[in-house]
Amino acid sequence: MISVVTTISIIFVLVKETSIFFTHVNVSEFLFGVRWAPLLEPRSFGVLPLVSGTFLIVFGSAVIALPAGLATAIYLSEYASERTRSAVKPVLETLAGIPTVVYGYIALTFITPMLSSVIPHLKVFNAASASIVVGIMILPMIASLCDNAMRAVPDSLRHGGYALGATHFEVTAKIIVPAALSGIMASFVLALSRAIGETMIVTLAAGATPNLTLSFMESIQTMTAYIVQVSLGDTPAGGVEYQTIFAVASLLFLITFCMNVAANRILRKFQEMYD
Amino acid sequence: MTARLFKIFCAAVTTLGVIVLVIVLFHIFREGLRWVDVQFLESFPSRFPEKAGIKSALWGTIWLISLTALFSIPIGVGAAIYLEEYAQKGAVNSFIDINISNLAGVPSIVYGILGLTMFVRFCGFDRSVLSGSLTMSLLILPVIIIASREAIRAVPGSIRHAAYALGATKWQTVKSHVIPAAMPGILTGIILAFSRALGETAPLVMIGALAYVAFVPEGPMDSFTALPIQIFNWASRPQEEFHQLAAGAIIVLLAVLFAMNSLAVYIRESAERKHK
Repeated sequence: MISVVTTISIIFVLVKETSIFFTHVNVSEFLFGVRWAPLLEPRSFGVLPLVSGTFLIVFGSAVIALPAGLATAIYLSEYASERTRSAVKPVLETLAGIPTVVYGYIALTFITPMLSSVIPHLKVFNAASASIVVGIMILPMIASLCDNAMRAVPDSLRHGGYALGATHFEVTAKIIVPAALSGIMASFVLALSRAIGETMIVTLAAGATPNLTLSFMESIQTMTAYIVQVSLGDTPAGGVEYQTIFAVASLLFLITFCMNVAANRILRKFQEMYD
Repeated sequence: MTARLFKIFCAAVTTLGVIVLVIVLFHIFREGLRWVDVQFLESFPSRFPEKAGIKSALWGTIWLISLTALFSIPIGVGAAIYLEEYAQKGAVNSFIDINISNLAGVPSIVYGILGLTMFVRFCGFDRSVLSGSLTMSLLILPVIIIASREAIRAVPGSIRHAAYALGATKWQTVKSHVIPAAMPGILTGIILAFSRALGETAPLVMIGALAYVAFVPEGPMDSFTALPIQIFNWASRPQEEFHQLAAGAIIVLLAVLFAMNSLAVYIRESAERKHK
């Protein structure tokens, strides 16, 4: 019952404060405005720079984590010996268990200096280093979920493939991966939803400049980092500035919620297929 | 040819994951290890890096985790037992099911906002350890419930039937047979949930756990700081020395996490031995 109460209270709190926010600010101005400056005069409440910042990070981390996670999973489930498997799995679990604030520290003090030695004009806070580290953070999750999905493919399919004269590679690429595709897709969606909600890495490494840009070299701000910025400052409760965090949080909640529901639905379909 | 390359590519990527972990740990230890000593553990945060320490953060974390345990373990395990053993399978149950798994995917910062509105402002608990641990409890409850349910579901039906056959009541069966059999799984789930709670930063930043606290909390209503908050605070300063202090605090945090995970693995393996 507590879980239902929690959901209801999350939705209630978000809806209530967001609706107050929208009495001050037009909905379409919020959703389609291209300038986000709620704390400075002249104020502007266009959320698009925050959304674009968030999706820049998500895109960057996806480019790294989706292929790498899938490749790791393929290796673990189809190629690796039992011994390699039992050595690599704990490493992935450890990577998954590292707190995000630690990853944020790594992005700021290790990845950024390393990148700026290669790219001369890189800003101290930039989307590239945050994306890389968010990618590393979601990689173990993708690897272990994809691994589960591929191991759930019945052996009879593998044997059928071999019986028809397919090679190990053909069985893997043309039978196992397509058969596990919905599980793989679900893991991608879940991981990306994690990347959207990720807070500490982007707060520490990606900067605090709401910036409508597609460049990874720029300093940007994500939705989550904005919420942290406001709560660290001394914004008085009750003002429009204070309500902006609820509006942004509602948007964040809505996006991740839809993605999680979609992923769970795909997973459930997938389970039914083989049960 | 493609097949060979593909296999090599997959193996290389997997190795890369291992290398990343090694580099991360190496970097942290190289930066932070020389700061970790008794003085570091027993000093309060300070403007001067040489004098700074994590005493208040460490105690804040201990308070936070103990209170969170107090709230979340009984409720989480209780809910799991109810859902698995007592609740009727039906529309309501499957709605709760979906609800819990969705809650597990809500970004932690949204829990922070909920905690800020509900506990800090509405209930008037202010920025206290109590608010922090209540927020943290809501955050890890789905994890505990899901893990405990899986553990309970894995208890074979034959154990229940044997207990009933000997005339045990439902409550006796659950209490003396199902729960003990599911215990290792439940404990592992709880430990993993708490290692997540230990590292959570965003919700605590939201409810306003103070960054500079030069005292140890003495009751649930005191304000507090916690290890991840202290790391965040030090890491977000521009000076190099504070970054190294952050690395020092990270070493302490990782040591605690590592100890907890080892405990979880140990419980899991000794339980597996017992079953064989």
